[in-house]
Parts: sequence; structure tokens; C-alpha cells
Amino acid sequence: MATYILKRFLQLIPVFLGATLLVYFLVFSLPGDPIVALFGDKPVNEAVAARLREQYHLDQPFWIQYLLYLKGIFTFDLGQDFSGRPIAAVLGEVFPVTARLAVMALIFEAVFGIIFGLIAGLRKGKFFDGTVLVASLIVIGIPIFVLGFLLQFTIGVQLGWAKPTVSSAATVQDLILPAIVLGLGSFAYVLRLTRTSVIENMNADYVRTATAKGLSRFRVVRVHILRNSLIPVITFLGADLGALMGGAIVTEGIFNVPGVGNRLYRAVTQGEGPTVVSIVTVLVLIYVVSNLLVDLLYAWLDPRIRYDA
Amino acid sequence: MRFSRTSKALGVMAIAALALTGCGGGGSTAGGSTGGGASKVIIADGSEPQRPLMPADTNEVGGGKVIDLIFAGLVSYDPSGKPVNELAESIEGKDGKNFTIKLKKDQKFTNGEAITAKTFVDSWNFGAAAKNAQLSGSFFESIKGYDEASAEGSKVETMSGLKVVDDLTFTVELKQPESDWPLRLGYSAFVPVPSGALKDPKGFGEKPVGNGPYKLADGGWQHNVQIQLVPNPEYNGPRKAKNAGVTFKIFQNDDAAYQDLLSNNLDILQTIPTSALKNFKSDLGDRTINKPYAGNQTIAIPEYLPEWSGEAGKLRRQALSMAINRDEITKVIFSGARQPAKDFTAPVLDGYSDSIPGSENLKFDAEKAKATWAKADAIQKWDANKTFTIAYNADKGGHKAWVEAVVNQLKNTLGIKVEGKPYATFKEARNDATAGTLTGSIRAGWQADYPSLYNFLGPIYKTGAGSNDARYANPAFDKAISDGLAASSVSEGNKAMNKAQEILLTDLPAIPLWYQVAQGGWSDKVTNVDYGWNGVPLYYNISGK
Repeated sequence: MATYILKRFLQLIPVFLGATLLVYFLVFSLPGDPIVALFGDKPVNEAVAARLREQYHLDQPFWIQYLLYLKGIFTFDLGQDFSGRPIAAVLGEVFPVTARLAVMALIFEAVFGIIFGLIAGLRKGKFFDGTVLVASLIVIGIPIFVLGFLLQFTIGVQLGWAKPTVSSAATVQDLILPAIVLGLGSFAYVLRLTRTSVIENMNADYVRTATAKGLSRFRVVRVHILRNSLIPVITFLGADLGALMGGAIVTEGIFNVPGVGNRLYRAVTQGEGPTVVSIVTVLVLIYVVSNLLVDLLYAWLDPRIRYDA
Repeated sequence: MRFSRTSKALGVMAIAALALTGCGGGGSTAGGSTGGGASKVIIADGSEPQRPLMPADTNEVGGGKVIDLIFAGLVSYDPSGKPVNELAESIEGKDGKNFTIKLKKDQKFTNGEAITAKTFVDSWNFGAAAKNAQLSGSFFESIKGYDEASAEGSKVETMSGLKVVDDLTFTVELKQPESDWPLRLGYSAFVPVPSGALKDPKGFGEKPVGNGPYKLADGGWQHNVQIQLVPNPEYNGPRKAKNAGVTFKIFQNDDAAYQDLLSNNLDILQTIPTSALKNFKSDLGDRTINKPYAGNQTIAIPEYLPEWSGEAGKLRRQALSMAINRDEITKVIFSGARQPAKDFTAPVLDGYSDSIPGSENLKFDAEKAKATWAKADAIQKWDANKTFTIAYNADKGGHKAWVEAVVNQLKNTLGIKVEGKPYATFKEARNDATAGTLTGSIRAGWQADYPSLYNFLGPIYKTGAGSNDARYANPAFDKAISDGLAASSVSEGNKAMNKAQEILLTDLPAIPLWYQVAQGGWSDKVTNVDYGWNGVPLYYNISGK
């Protein structure tokens, strides 16, 4: 087991190098000179532009820029953004906010998705099942920004139950509405996944055996059906954490959440290479690590799965 | 106990969630005090400054709004754009070339440092010197010695045109006479900065110390979130704060800000987003403003393109201009958020005229447009397969709608192929414009840095000027401009500038389209809202109800 985990962590090294190289190259290939853009409509002062290009290594060829960036990482210096602030500090500001948002969305979709999915699965073909299925289809069908604006306007502006945008501290309370919007799509998937899985397991031999043994209905559902049904759901949730963090751009835009998505969008439009690469790389690492955790959870949920070195 | 494992798995997630949610927090909320009148903190919309908050390094609105409130320069502009002395006791210059500037006594930064003639000279030299790489350094270009100080790799760090006479007096010598030069002194690049700023500009830019009506609150700049300003009690100029502070809440998109305004979480929104233009008046009632400001929109047509050069090119540009129905577009597309242009400047400026000879070229006249186009064709035939493009940036500003409208009007009136050409980002568009590699026309917006006709003409249409996207070069125009600058007074100068505009209106290196109109709104918690000449709310004047 330990060797397995070690092996997986070693795999992070090529993933890290590949991701940074690829993203750095993509940002490098973006058309337009970011320094010229800093001047806006105003005349470009070449002496000033030259100094700024030198400061951000933009006068160097691609490989040198990339290697300088890597060198920076190993000396714990991610460089600076255009406003002269260390990128490490920027990451420290935006990641906790988005992590909070993503985890809240994950909890929302996991808790409600599994509960609704379980009930729908157990009552297959009944009224509740039908309603939930149709509702989830609608949620999947509507784009997230439509749902976002709709909820923001009705709940935030008209009813006044929540603020339409988050406050400066981005507290848990502020983030409830954005988290629901962010998690809604995945919630529908979790629900459907749980439902299908529960229906499959209800017909399994061991469930029949357990029922025949005289176990209570409650215990059969809890231990034999639910637990076995969770394996595909956990896979989905694990992969979804990464997707939620990276995919929060739209939600963060609607609710003005000062998180990763907002900063990333600005960095991309301004052509701030090192900022983009640093943010994306952290997102990639989160994705990889959460997948590793999912794999480990498998073994926990299903004793038949063993990881050998 | 197999069941407990499942609950453990869920438990781990819950704990992780709590840990993550717990580690955030901190920072104060944007909510202001609930009191009325002068005890109200105004919550306004802002955007994250692109550079450190160093006056000479700030050239965009996000940082500019903050700089203007925490610094005071020699003069500031009143709502109509007239300069009013702020730190200056007097600014005198008879020949338009040599100026003597006297400062008011006992002026201080909020850290206690006194503001003297030397403070100004040092600040300006710092802004101009190439080694400091300040984005707005070119604002000092008229001062003698600027070229030496700003040259790449230059060792010279001072401009020879600046001389300290005594504690409160300094003199400025310009390269050549520029009668409107004192008008520029209200621009943020000209404010004084304390000596600490010159030693550590980056550190200073994080926690700027100024002398304006406001100062940055302790830890007031929460990056990407908000910038909190509190009144500076020692400020005694004309822009005294009438509220208990201004908090700029940083928004990535205007729609979110508008929702915040509707629910009274935001007190003032500088610009109503395009999506709300149709219904903001019914949403906000009389809590809105509609006021022209010193900005305009044009389509610049590069003269380096063969089909747009010479006499034929000139006639074609006139034809294009007369084929555009500005009234219709400003009404239908902008719902009145723009005003049809009648010249190259803006109506809020001193000296503006809507009837300069040649302005008839900006009136819609389909027949005349066709006839003029035919005249050009007689000189040089237009290739019918050629497509005339209007380039714009698609990332912000909502230009697509009006570009499409102009495209259709040109197609219908002139019967030529016309297309909008979107650039993905602003920087891409600027790249081609500054490099001189445009293949068609490009939209060009200009927002004045200081209220002067010259600011709309010189920097854009003078031969070799920095923002001359059209690469327009006409010695007669250059001469008219320098005559205007050498004029003995601002009003004489304005007359000469309008003479220069007559040339522009015939040559049309760019086709003026419309003037910008500020359309903003405010919450029912505040009152006394007015906008300045530049379309920015006068934040210091707003008070609670």
C-alpha cells in the first residue's frame, strides 16, 4: 500500500512538468504583447516597455522563460504579477476562497444527490422517482449561467434572502447560493448515478440473501445496498472536486466571488504567463491528488480491491 | 463494523470541508455604517488596479479612481472640467513656455512629511526617468530635458526644465510654447509623492500615502476584493469629503454589480451594464444620471493602405462618414447612451463647437455619400472584391453591436463589401495598431486625460504622435496645432484648435462617430450624486440620506 502511494506521488513529477510546459507554451503563444496592452490607448513609451519586458523576462525566447520560471519554483519564488505582487501571495488569497466554494458545492451535491438518488432508486417507478428524474434532467439541460442569473435575481434581488454577490470576506454564509449553483449540475448527475446503482444492487444476490436472513429493511439498505452503490458515486465526486475548482469561473463571475476563476480570467486576458501557469498547475495537482484519494477510498469501500506495489 | 467505514469516508470529507472552510474568513466586510448624512460609507464599484498604486504608473480607471481620491495635485478639476487650485497658490506663465508655480503653505502628506517645491520636482523627475519604468511617464514629455531623462538606458534622472527656486516656488521650462499646459496639471501623473515612494515604489504602491481628500484605510487594499478609503481630516482643498469613506468593491463583471445596486448592497455604479440599458430607468427611477463626458468613439483608417491614401482615399473616407447614420445607431443600439459626434473632441470641453466648417461631413446623407464615392472611383477604381474591415476588440466594451450596425449601413448605402473584424483581446488589437500592420480600419476610443481640445487632437493626429493609429501626416494640421499651443491664452488657443479641426474634418483620418455619455445609477441610501467632466462620479461629494 505504501509503495503504491509512493508510486502515485512519483507520477506527479511528470504530470507537473508536462502541465507547466504545456500551459506556459499556450500562454506564450497568445497573440498580442501584454506590455503594449498595459499602455491602453496611450502612446507606448519604448524605453519603459523595454524595461518592463526585461523585468518579466518577456524579451527572452520561450525556453529561457520557461526554465527561469522552473528555476523560480525550485527556489520558492513564483515571480510577480503585473501589479508587482508575489504570485505566491496571490495564490494564497484566491485558493482558500475557491476551495471553500468547491467543497461546499461538493458537500451539497454529495449529500442531496445521494439521499434523493437513494430514495428514488428504492421507489423506482413511483411518483417521487419520476418527479426527481424529470427535475434532474431539467437541471442538467439548463446552462449554469442561466441558473446562476435566475437564482441571483429571484433569491438575491427580489426576495432578498441572500446578497446577490458575496461580501469581501466570502464567508460560508455568503457562499451558500453560489455553491448551490456551482453544484447543481453535478448534483443531478450524482442523483442519477446513485439511483441507477441502487436499482442494480437491489436485485443482487447478496441483497436477497441478506433480506432472507431476516435483517431489517433499514440495515439491508444501509449496509448492503447503499454502501455498494457508492463506489461509482465516489469516483465521480473525486474527479468532480478538481472540475469544480477549475470550473468555477462562470459561477465566480456571476456572484463576484474573489476566487481562482476570477483571477485566472484576468491573468489570461492580460497575458500574465507566470500567474496563469501557477494557478493552472495548482489546479492540476489538486485534480491528481483528489483522484489518488478516490482510488484509496475504493479499497476502503470494497475490500475486494487491493493495491499491490 | 463495515458500516462505520462508510460513515468514516463521508466523515473524512466533512472534516476536510470544515478545515477548508475554517481556514478562510478574516478581513472585514464591505458593509458600511448605517448612519445617514456624513457618517455614511459609500460603497462604489471598482476594478483591481493593474499596477502598484503609484500615481505616475497608473493609467487605467481601476487604479485611477483611487489615486485621484488619495492624492491632490497643483489643481483639481471642478465638475465642468475647469481647473481649480488645490496645492497651487498660483501658476503663472506669460509666454506659454516658462511657468512659475507657487505652492500653498503648510501642506502635508498624511505621514506628516511637508510638501515643498522639491517634492514636486523630485516626483516629476521620478515619473519621467526611464529607469523607473512608469507607464504614464510620457505626460512629462513637454518639459525641457524629458527626452534625455526618458531615453532607453539613460543615466540622466532629472529634467533640466525643472528648477526649485525656494521652498514653495519652482519654475518649469517647456520644450516649446504650450498654452494649455497648465490644464494638464490636474492629471494624476502630476501629483506629488512622499520621498519614501521614490526609494521603494513597489512597497509604496501597496500602501500609498497621499495628501488627497481620502487616505487608504489600514490594510485597506484587499487585492481582488476591495479598496477602503477613509477621509483625510487634514485635507483642506476644494474636494472635502462629505461622507465617512469610500469603499471600492472590485467587480469582474458589471452585471453582478448591477444586481448589487438593485438590492442596495452597492451605493453607486459608475456605468450601467449594456444588458440593463433597456430597463435601468424603470428599475432605479430618478436615481440615475445621463451626462456626456470627455470621451468619443471613432473609426481610424490607416493612410498606409493604398486604397485609402491620396485624394481618392480622402473622398472615400468622406463617403463612409456620410453613409453612417449616427442618430439611428445612438438611439437604437445605445438607447441614448451616446450622442452623435459633430467634431473630433467632446461637448463638455471649453471651446467646443458643434458647427465647425466641415462638420457637415459627419451628417448622414446617402445621396451625397454615393456621389462622393463615385468621385473617388473616377480617380482610382475600388476593387469590387475587396472587403473593407472594421476591427474591434471583442473582450470588453460591447463593440460588436454597433460595429455590425455600421457595417450594414455602409453596405446598404455604398454597395461595397464590409465586415466587422473582431480581435479576441484588446491587446491584440493594440498590437496591430501600434505596429502599423492593420489591414483595414480599427475602432478607436479616446478618453481625455485632462479637459482640453488639444488632448483630443495632438496625441492622435499629429505627425508621428504616439496614438496616431491612422499614421496621419499633414503639415498644415501640425502647423495649426502648434499655432494653437503658442497662443497667448486658452481661448485664443481653442480658436486655433478648431481651425485645425477644419482640416481634420475634410481629411477624416478617423471618422468621428459619437460622444460618450456617462450613464450611472445609485442606491436609495445616498444622495448628492454628480459626475465629473471625465465621466467619473464625484465620490467625495456623495452623502448618505
